[in-house]
Amino acid sequence: MFATQVYGDNGKMKEYHYTGPVEHRFSPYSFNGGTVLAVAGEDFAIVASDTRLSEGYSIHSRDSPKCYKLTDTTVIGCSGFHGDCLTLTEIIDARLKMYKHSNNKCMTSGAIAAMLSTILYGRRFFPYYVYNIIGGLDEEGKGAVYSFDPVGSYQRDTYKAGGSASAMLQPLLDNQIGFKNMEGVQHLPLSQEKAVQLVKDVFISAAERDVYTGDALRICIVTKDGIKEETVPLRKD
Amino acid sequence: MNSILTACSDGDGPERKIQFLHGTTTLAFKFQHGVIVAVDSRATAGAYIASQTVKKVIEINPYLLGTMAGGAADCSFWERLLARQCRVYELRNKERISVAAASKLLANMVYQYKGMGLSMGTMVCGWDKTGPGLYYVDSEGNRVCGDLFAVGSGSMYAYGIVDSGLKQKDLTVEEACDLGCRAIYQATYRDAYSGGQVNLYHVHSEGWNRVSQSDVLMLHQQYQAEKA
Repeated sequence: MFATQVYGDNGKMKEYHYTGPVEHRFSPYSFNGGTVLAVAGEDFAIVASDTRLSEGYSIHSRDSPKCYKLTDTTVIGCSGFHGDCLTLTEIIDARLKMYKHSNNKCMTSGAIAAMLSTILYGRRFFPYYVYNIIGGLDEEGKGAVYSFDPVGSYQRDTYKAGGSASAMLQPLLDNQIGFKNMEGVQHLPLSQEKAVQLVKDVFISAAERDVYTGDALRICIVTKDGIKEETVPLRKD
Repeated sequence: MNSILTACSDGDGPERKIQFLHGTTTLAFKFQHGVIVAVDSRATAGAYIASQTVKKVIEINPYLLGTMAGGAADCSFWERLLARQCRVYELRNKERISVAAASKLLANMVYQYKGMGLSMGTMVCGWDKTGPGLYYVDSEGNRVCGDLFAVGSGSMYAYGIVDSGLKQKDLTVEEACDLGCRAIYQATYRDAYSGGQVNLYHVHSEGWNRVSQSDVLMLHQQYQAEKA
């Protein structure tokens, strides 16, 4: 186990238990870890997340998935500060109901994405510490993925990883789904089976190297026939 | 004398205002056939490249464009609000809004939040009844009219290319597009925080149109081949 060593002025290492004055400040945020991933296919979308809820060196829960079903065609994955994830999903649910009552139809994935952007920006000066990724089907039935930053900037992608292991997953997806940095390779469209297998492999790798990712993987597959859920075990250490 | 010196140099001196806008290169310049707008497409979160496919040109309406530099959410939110205000103006006055008025609306909107931490450096580009219009507006409260602007961490590299290319006064549309594309490419070559693709737009009397989207890697190979 690594620990950074601190050296004092006399060249000797500082003590592990520092006994000088320490300033304590209340922080309204805490980081609860977790990784989320979404992939859009021709007629399907996959939103996957691990189920570990951690804080500092502890694990609060091994069964806290970060995918939330919004409508029959849209799933959102939220990682970051769990308190803000819960509140944000409750606010989105309430807004979905309001829209349904006023407009007599369900919100489409694109509309939910645009709405989430304004909800997040409404707290521009005290942000929701949440990294969101929406996965679903657009009005034409094609897969759509929308990725957000904590204050509401968003764009439509084909695939995106967010959360603590995002920097490890994203390059692998760039190569396998985006065919980046590969010469002379045929760009085959991604089938649902291949996408699900890729997602499983990618999370197994993330659990190997990221302490905040592990325990189990929850996969939500969105197709025109509805949303199917699958749970796969991951490393528990 | 002493108090003036300390006032200038106690950390609030010339060093303070030099802030590199969150990794971007965007540029726009006027020429005889309108305005060319060229941007890169990289978004960074610290040293991590969060995206290589960001749309940094925001289509406010069919004849007005806004560019994005600084905080992505700030730029897209306020420019979307500007689009709404421009539409309201059109409905109330039965004519299109001028570029000067649109940029003023944006500048006044963000001025109310001055000092609260918004980060936005944008160029409002369009064509109105006075001809091509180009304004630079930022979250500090600046609003300036000009013929050429480059904004972002890679702006200095882009200025070098555009300044030398604009010396010959009468550019054709194709030459101007090539110049804009080349300037962004060179900026992505030297600035670590710029990259991805070069998105090029041309604003003319009928409105704007998207000229091209070129991957920087492809451009590199193309320019290398031309050199040989």
